[in-house]
Amino acid sequence: MDINTVRGLTTLLLLIAFIGLVIVVYSRSNKSRFDEAANLPFADEEAHRQTMAQTLAERETGADTAHKEKQA
Amino acid sequence: MSETAMSSMDSGTASSSLVQMGVDKATLSHPVYNYKVVRQFAVMTVVWGIVGMLVGVLIAAQLAWPVLNTELPYLHFGRLRPLHTNAVIFAFGGCALFASSLFVVQRTCQVRLISDKLAAAVFWGWQLVILAAAITLPLGLTSGKEYAELEWPVDLLITVVWVLYAILYFGTIMKRKVQHIYVANWFFGAFIITVAVLHIVNSLAIPAGGFKSYSIYAGTVDAMVQWWYGHNAVGFFLTAGFLGIMYYFVPKQAERPVYSYRLSIVHFWALIAVYIWAGPHHLHYTALPDWAQSLGMVMSLILLAPSWGGMINGMMTLSGAWHKLRTDPILRFLVVSLSFYGMSTFEGPMMSIKTVNALSHYTDWTIGHVHSGALGWVAMVSIGAMYHLLPILFGRERMYSIDLINVHFWMSTIGTVLYIASMWVNGILQGLMWRAYNQDGTLTYTFVESLQASYPGYYVRLIGGGIFFLGMLIMAYNLYMTITTDETAEEQAPSGSQAVAGTA
Repeated sequence: MDINTVRGLTTLLLLIAFIGLVIVVYSRSNKSRFDEAANLPFADEEAHRQTMAQTLAERETGADTAHKEKQA
Repeated sequence: MSETAMSSMDSGTASSSLVQMGVDKATLSHPVYNYKVVRQFAVMTVVWGIVGMLVGVLIAAQLAWPVLNTELPYLHFGRLRPLHTNAVIFAFGGCALFASSLFVVQRTCQVRLISDKLAAAVFWGWQLVILAAAITLPLGLTSGKEYAELEWPVDLLITVVWVLYAILYFGTIMKRKVQHIYVANWFFGAFIITVAVLHIVNSLAIPAGGFKSYSIYAGTVDAMVQWWYGHNAVGFFLTAGFLGIMYYFVPKQAERPVYSYRLSIVHFWALIAVYIWAGPHHLHYTALPDWAQSLGMVMSLILLAPSWGGMINGMMTLSGAWHKLRTDPILRFLVVSLSFYGMSTFEGPMMSIKTVNALSHYTDWTIGHVHSGALGWVAMVSIGAMYHLLPILFGRERMYSIDLINVHFWMSTIGTVLYIASMWVNGILQGLMWRAYNQDGTLTYTFVESLQASYPGYYVRLIGGGIFFLGMLIMAYNLYMTITTDETAEEQAPSGSQAVAGTA
């Protein structure tokens, strides 16, 4: 096959892939999944509080931060 | 789910309710994050920002008063200019990206970084790279490639640190507790992978001594590889990485999810697919084949669509919450950074049009365009994110002074506007003077005449840059007071009467 045919087909494939992406992303069936994903930044406050509690505890007891390695 | 998320968030970040910590400590179902490395990188963001911008102010003064280029070669403009660009991009911007990416990946994957030792290695390794740059560049040790000046031993060190960073980052993603990988992580991931590829390919060189090497590329190919690297350093280091920051910190600070998560996915794939082709616009009217120049121009024009898609997505996140801009200077930083992003991503495609480029290329317009992105977008979104992040990391409710954040915001905005406006005027003036012909075909102006005409712009640029730099000093003071002030409050109330002390 001529190299320029390959190049043309590659461009076409990329265009199809992009249109496919848009269709999948905007399909109704995926709406709830993406709504949930959009809220991920707000979903872990408990873990943050626990981290801060441990940091404060270590600061009070004078424990080294290497202590955390064990916890993890 | 979103309802509970929103309500827990209200009590969480904004007011950082440490009161509840004691209760939650008992529950071990939640991961304990590694905030140490994030804290380190966040503080160094401020430190390197001050250093890098100070060098910038110095070289701006050298352009305004050439006499400041003394006999001392280490402080000459030619050696300090790469020090400035490396410091602000890789030290200031780099630390902001490390801090935010390592914070965001833990919080949105709900899992601790895979290794504390690896995290420490990334932090100290990167500081070593910065130190090496700060020593070698003033000594005149350079490979001469713009934004990739560091010589081969430092290049190797960068590669090692970067691979460790990639293992740390993607290892953490693989261990994630949630099914979905949040969009900010996609941008950070693209930034990490692409910068690795760009750095390795562009830095390929044959060493000729301890701090001297020759690129394996020659002539036009060398130029094309260099600007494939150069423009994608803009596209993936200074854009994709900072869009990752935007997609986490704008929703977080505005306390509402991103305007359209679906748009963010289209934004991501469109942006990374198109950016990689835009490099040739740096080589218009050179020995680069004409078709490659035109391809670079067309791809740059197409790039407007994904760029503005992302900007709109970030801006519209505030829809229904615009009133928050009245009271929250951190949100102002973030939103104005998006405005500058929109401005410079309109300006960029316009300047890549060959006929416009014929006027703008090699003039101060380019410097203005870069700083519209670098000060207005990259620095301001980083500063906003750091003001959000620093109190969280140090267990404070908020920064020491919100008023000082507001002062910093106005200084940054005014500084940036002065900078870019003066460079627009200078650039168009230089471009027009250079291309002016007399009727007999001779040039109307000598180069020196265009230089003399540029001096007012250089003074204004120095003032603008100086104001922006002073803003960073205010940030450092605010950070220092944030860390130290609350500490004393804790010490003064060990009885547990204070919420903070009581939790420990």
